[in-house]
Amino acid sequence: MGFAMGIVRRKRAPVALPGLGLSLGITLTWLSLIALIPLAALVIRAGGLGWQGWLDAVSGERVWLSLRLSFGASLIAALLDTFAGLLIAWVLCRYKVPGHAFWDVLVDLPFALPTAVAGIALTALWVPDGWLGRLVEPFGGKVAFAWPGVVVALTFIGLPFVVRTLQPVLQSAEKELEEAAESLGASPAQVVWRVVLPSLRPALLTGFALAFARAVGEYGSVIFICGNIPMQTEITPLLIVSRLEQYDYAGATALATIMLALSAVILALLQALHAGRRTALR
Amino acid sequence: MVRILLTFLAMAWLTLMVLAPVVIVLVEALGDGVGAWWAAVSDEETRTSVALSLKIAALVVPLNAVFGVAAAWALARFRFPGRALLLALLDLPLSVSPVVAGLVFVLLFGAQGWFGAWLQEHDIQIIFAVPGIVLATAFVTLPMVARELLPLLESQGDDAELAARTLGASGWQVFWRVSFPRMRGALAYGVLLCLARALGEFGAVSVVSGHIRGQTDTLPLHVEILHNEYHFQAAFAAASLLLLVGVATLLLRRLHTPETGH
Repeated sequence: MGFAMGIVRRKRAPVALPGLGLSLGITLTWLSLIALIPLAALVIRAGGLGWQGWLDAVSGERVWLSLRLSFGASLIAALLDTFAGLLIAWVLCRYKVPGHAFWDVLVDLPFALPTAVAGIALTALWVPDGWLGRLVEPFGGKVAFAWPGVVVALTFIGLPFVVRTLQPVLQSAEKELEEAAESLGASPAQVVWRVVLPSLRPALLTGFALAFARAVGEYGSVIFICGNIPMQTEITPLLIVSRLEQYDYAGATALATIMLALSAVILALLQALHAGRRTALR
Repeated sequence: MVRILLTFLAMAWLTLMVLAPVVIVLVEALGDGVGAWWAAVSDEETRTSVALSLKIAALVVPLNAVFGVAAAWALARFRFPGRALLLALLDLPLSVSPVVAGLVFVLLFGAQGWFGAWLQEHDIQIIFAVPGIVLATAFVTLPMVARELLPLLESQGDDAELAARTLGASGWQVFWRVSFPRMRGALAYGVLLCLARALGEFGAVSVVSGHIRGQTDTLPLHVEILHNEYHFQAAFAAASLLLLVGVATLLLRRLHTPETGH
């Protein structure tokens, strides 16, 4: 998924292409109707609650616990994805792996699998008598219908963001640098730590941020495996839905503004991160 | 040695975390035989939900495709004030939580929404009806075509178009004879991605649909209903259809990638 869109251009040619008015008109009209005006309505509606009303709607233990779970589980999942993603991208880029194309396609699967399908599949795997749940049960591990289930679902959906961000960087990385370090007497660990990782840092950060952003807002894949126990396995998007179902529009709106603000902040961070590199992410 | 260990770990992770969920969908869907799978898939309610999902995709995808071409054209071929902001806003629908995407339409068109009273007066139902699902789906798939086209148009540059223009071609001639043929591959792939997402969207649609059986349950919502009612085999059979769409998208991507070279 490319975040890179700007390319430095030469000076404007004397002959201009037509169609700016029409294409920009269509773009702004549709974008405003479908996304911008509805999102603005959300913000205005939240503003209508007043500062105190907003604060009342987002305080309370149930909200706090849901935010803690959403942020905590997303953080753990994004970290797991960063490590696993680095490992997978490294192996796929640098080693000759049997069935390379198969594994490479598999990486994208969480992008392509509808979240509801991922949700019921992961639940079936991790319930106590499921294929994987069975393995952790003897050790007292409970994944489905507990907080680790939330982490499992969020880790699943976040993985491709990290791998796909790292792959192009690893492919274009100058192997000569690694070879030079090696020939100068660096141990393999030193090569990885001093040469490889520093060059990957921006891509790792981007991948982490993308996985985190996706995880915080995720709904479909989580609600099946988490068991929806209020105060225990209730993520914030789920709390928004349950408030809506009780016609608590004000409460849902206030929580949604937190999620929206977070998306905007992460998006701005990614843009800033990207502006520093200007490398295509695809 | 390290090489073998790392390869093994990477494959173990992919197998347990990504491959296993796919396998279990197939096993649960087909575990009782192909006959049981077919019975579940051809069930009246499942068929209705498939038809609804297709209908919604048929409405949303063409609109977002036209939007995608227009947005890519404007953003790749011109420099204007506010362009950077527009680029950032274009990504917003993909980074907003699907639940929030559904919520905004409830706030506008729901019973307590801004236009709620007016809509009720005129007996128009948007939330808990098909129009709401269309809007929510359009929101979450909004930039998908544009994002496929934009990098392509940027990397192609406008030399060919300017040449055609200098040689006296009209604006539309430039577009249809020069630009369009060169973006066809990326456009088709963008449309495919948009279609797959439109068919599979769950969160945003779930908020606005109201889950009325046979009327507003799309295929992903139907999977949830079946699962919640403990019809696991039927839920996985319906899910296998969505899995098929997802896998087909991935395989078509394989075919598409070498051609445009990204």
